[in-house]
Amino acid sequence: MHGLILRTLQVYVQDTYGLDAWTRIADESRLDPHDFEAMLNYDEQIYFNVLNGAEIILSKPSEAFLEDCGTYLVSHPNSEGLRRLLRFGGVDFIEFLHSLDDLPDRARLVVADLELPDLELRDSSGGQFQLKVARGLPGFAHVMVGLLRSMADDYGALALLDYSSGLRGTHLIDIQVVETAYSEGRDFELAASARSGEGA
Amino acid sequence: MSQFPEEMLHNLLPMHAVLDHEGRIRQAGPTLHKLSEARLEGSFFLDVFEVYRPRAITGMSGLLQAEGRKLHIRLRGGVRTPLKGILVADGQKGAIVNLSFGIKMVDAVRDYALTSTDFAPTDLAIEMLYLVEAKSAAMESWRSLNTRLQGAMVAAEERAYTDTLTGLRNRRAMDAALERQVRSGQRFSVMHIDLDFFKQVNDSMGHAAGDHVLRQTGRVMLEETRGEDTVARIGGDEFVIIFPNLVSRRRLADLAMRLIERIEKPVVFEGRECRVSASIGVAMSDGDTADPVLLIQHADEALYAAKRAGRAQFRFYEQANPGGARLNAGL
Repeated sequence: MHGLILRTLQVYVQDTYGLDAWTRIADESRLDPHDFEAMLNYDEQIYFNVLNGAEIILSKPSEAFLEDCGTYLVSHPNSEGLRRLLRFGGVDFIEFLHSLDDLPDRARLVVADLELPDLELRDSSGGQFQLKVARGLPGFAHVMVGLLRSMADDYGALALLDYSSGLRGTHLIDIQVVETAYSEGRDFELAASARSGEGA
Repeated sequence: MSQFPEEMLHNLLPMHAVLDHEGRIRQAGPTLHKLSEARLEGSFFLDVFEVYRPRAITGMSGLLQAEGRKLHIRLRGGVRTPLKGILVADGQKGAIVNLSFGIKMVDAVRDYALTSTDFAPTDLAIEMLYLVEAKSAAMESWRSLNTRLQGAMVAAEERAYTDTLTGLRNRRAMDAALERQVRSGQRFSVMHIDLDFFKQVNDSMGHAAGDHVLRQTGRVMLEETRGEDTVARIGGDEFVIIFPNLVSRRRLADLAMRLIERIEKPVVFEGRECRVSASIGVAMSDGDTADPVLLIQHADEALYAAKRAGRAQFRFYEQANPGGARLNAGL
């Protein structure tokens, strides 16, 4: 399990629920030490332990916990670096959706040993899309739901999302883009400011 | 050859310029317009842009001669952004020049506040910007991990090299210091120090008193030596001091005497006086002996000579005539 993924869960909990919540989850998950290093590798079981620990300590189902993590990755100031990287995917939300197929490869360009599940976007007529998330990192599809919903906000688009589990361990996310220019959206300038946030 | 309308170039090459036969800009792409405050149409291309490689070009004929070559260009005004370009003749004495940002792309995007739509979708500019940013974030992660690991390593090494009771260096640190000394090629000396009557203090007054004496002795040694000397406790009441660049018998003798004198001063522990002394053996490296094991052995022999002579004193290692020694060993 790539440390970047575990580290993401850690900073998401710390930034959202506070340092104390993370300490309790780490104790519950029997983590020693309590901190993950983004650039090291860990046993996969630790990932499940952390999800279980979070479920108990935060009294929140893992699906919702992971979906909120996806939201955090786009909308929290400490994750601004990642939001910027995602925004390079396209000039509007539709173009961004079309860039999702490349997302695992884009991630690998930067962190060569980061394996993300394959993504496949199907484009039906009338602003209706379906994203197929292949097997792999469990719970990743829920992160994607939160991430896509926040990216729609970020672009100022109005989109409705619906998660369902597909065949043979795949996951499906139905995306209905109601309007691409629904609100102002957030600024994105190609050139990074002198010091943009560090990637999660 | 079929004739395409020149407007098509706006979409395909947003940084192109169409030049007439005199070298005047007849049409310029939308992104190129963002680079120049002066109006491009009607200006001479070479008034706005300086072509400096493969060689400085001053006129339209020079430009046409450079057809197909990679041109190094920069803006004459503003921040003088460097550009790369290629020119093709249009067959009617005019030409089309296409430009791009080279390695300075990131700066250019900031300087001219460019957006995704300023680049053709086939241009890899956006991918390059993505990579630059993503790589910086990844590098930052590595850097901070390395900094933490380095801190942990320094702390671990410090622990591994420290005698926890006295805070002096330990045997491992002494070995490392000796190796370093040998590698440096400089001359140096070694003192092997053993406390006298320490066992009596330990037996009669307890380990706490003994520990107190060891700590006090360590303090004395640190006070009497220089910063570059290595003071190590290598066993229960055994110490070694390494003196880089010091082989003067007189100074070493002074030092040894002062050490014994100060170690002999009674140490008060819980109201009672502890009295110990020290025996010291000294060995000096000469130009050729670079064997740290041998040098420690010499200091050790000198130490036992001091002990045999009645303790509370120091001895130098006296090298026997090498031939004689071998002869003696043979008898």
